[in-house]
Amino acid sequence: MSKVLSLSGVSAFYGQIQALKSVDIDVNEGEIVTLIGANGAGKSTLMMTICGNPRARTGSIIYRGEDITNLPMHEIARRQIAQSPEGRRIFPRMSVEENLMMGSQVVKFADYDQQLGLMLELFPRLKERFGQRAGTMSGGEQQMLAIARALMSKPKLLMLDEPSLGLAPLIVKQIFSAIRKLNQEMGLTVLLVEQNAFQALRLAHRGYVLVNGAITMQGPGAELLARPEIRAAYLEGGH
Amino acid sequence: MAYALQQLINGITLGMIYGLIAVGYTMVYGIIGMINFAHGDVFMVGAYVGIIVLTAFSGMGLTAVPLGLLVALILAAGLCAIYGYTIERVAYRPLRGSFRLAPLISAIGMSILLENFVQTSQGAKERAIPSLIPGGITLMNENGFVVQLAWMQIAIVITTLVVLGIFTYLVTKTPLGRAMRAVEQDAKMAALLGIDTNRTISMTFVIGAALAAVAGIMFLLYYGVIDFYIGFDAGIKAFTAAVLGGIGSLPGAVLGGLLIGLIEAFWSGYATVAYKDVAVYSILAIVLMFMPTGLLGRNDVEKV
Ligand SMILES: Nc1ncnc2c1ncn2[C@@H]1O[C@H](COP(=O)(O)OP(=O)(O)O)[C@@H](O)[C@H]1O
Ligand SMILES: [Mg+2]
Repeated sequence: MSKVLSLSGVSAFYGQIQALKSVDIDVNEGEIVTLIGANGAGKSTLMMTICGNPRARTGSIIYRGEDITNLPMHEIARRQIAQSPEGRRIFPRMSVEENLMMGSQVVKFADYDQQLGLMLELFPRLKERFGQRAGTMSGGEQQMLAIARALMSKPKLLMLDEPSLGLAPLIVKQIFSAIRKLNQEMGLTVLLVEQNAFQALRLAHRGYVLVNGAITMQGPGAELLARPEIRAAYLEGGH
Repeated sequence: MAYALQQLINGITLGMIYGLIAVGYTMVYGIIGMINFAHGDVFMVGAYVGIIVLTAFSGMGLTAVPLGLLVALILAAGLCAIYGYTIERVAYRPLRGSFRLAPLISAIGMSILLENFVQTSQGAKERAIPSLIPGGITLMNENGFVVQLAWMQIAIVITTLVVLGIFTYLVTKTPLGRAMRAVEQDAKMAALLGIDTNRTISMTFVIGAALAAVAGIMFLLYYGVIDFYIGFDAGIKAFTAAVLGGIGSLPGAVLGGLLIGLIEAFWSGYATVAYKDVAVYSILAIVLMFMPTGLLGRNDVEKV
């Protein structure tokens, strides 16, 4: 298995506040890796740091053999690392179509049609809403759009930050099954952040636990799921 | 009736020019949230490039006028685009992320710099060109009052419409236009998708400056007289137009420009020239009282 992403000793700050403390994680080709942790643990920061904002103050980020630690954000994106960030961040005053076009910014124009076909097949709802202003869609539709937009770049690494946040269970199920399908059928490599640790660990091959900006545990999804301390901290409370 | 029609024609012509300038203010405000106070002076530089080129062509007779205009438009747009790029690069970008007033002060500095540069290199006195395309179409003759649609006004309106058409296509249909709108809506997300936001911001300044240059030449054609101070006056009017239309809104900028042109023309025509600016700003104040985001400003609720 070749490494797609490898962080070693990565720390990141917001002003004086340290949000990541010497984080080491690896993501291998074809894996779904999940990061779990409480609110404010630093999960979103970790994903954004991989994308270059905030910058890693120490440590290195190696992507497919290349050091990307200090590349500008758009250069990192052009290496087909895609993120569907926290809060979705779709462009509200653009149509669904234009949002998807924005996602395919980094790939050849010829790939657009093919990728678009795939996305509309995966999320038929987006086809119905193709010309609609994205800001007027429901939360679930916006989440689908954010994921589809990230996928338009044919990513070699897809990062999803809380794709289930605020969504009805049925839609969450759809989204998770879409992720599994992309992983199994196309070998898509995924780094997934979830509040819902139970679902995430069931889906993922491996997981990391982040506490106050530091990795405290790691292992295969099923193994983490079985640990009593994980059950106590993240799973009890009816998921 | 005839008199009103004449004011309408004058107001629309002037309003189109304000609209062209206003687009530049509103674009820059939309994308980086600052008021580019040097924008009016870029417009003024455009007018000066126009007068230099057209004076050179003026000896060649009427047939050379279209060519002269074309050369003036291209040179002015090109030079002003370089100015726009440079102003952003040296005066605004280094201050991005510092306190809010910093780029504003820097902008006023650039404005003074451009005015003084033109004043010293071109002289402080007014410069005039003879009417390039005299005459026009007589639309109406009411008891001796002749309503004229000057060829020059037709040329100004057509040029402005063509330029605005190209601009609209660029913003709504091209990858650059999409990138500009994406950066305006969420710069960080645009960067996450591979957009070079700095380059996109530079291009916004370049395009806004080129539009201002075209407006400068139209202004020159309309009045026939310019001085190094026209950027201040027209700049404030155009800025007012942008606010009136709803700052950040491109159609709003054009609409605001047209309204201000019309208010100015009708007030001068029916009340008194002396208080035309008071009329413009009073109407702005009244509109903002009832519609704080301007006529076409955004107040739609977006789902988060
Ligand atoms: N833009 C920001 N500025 C300052 N502090 C921030 C910012 N974003 C996040 N933080 C802080 O960094 C820590 C980690 O936040 P975050 O990465 O969003 O956590 P998570 O995604 O795990 O909930 C928190 O203490 C949060 O308050
Ligand atoms: Mg988060």
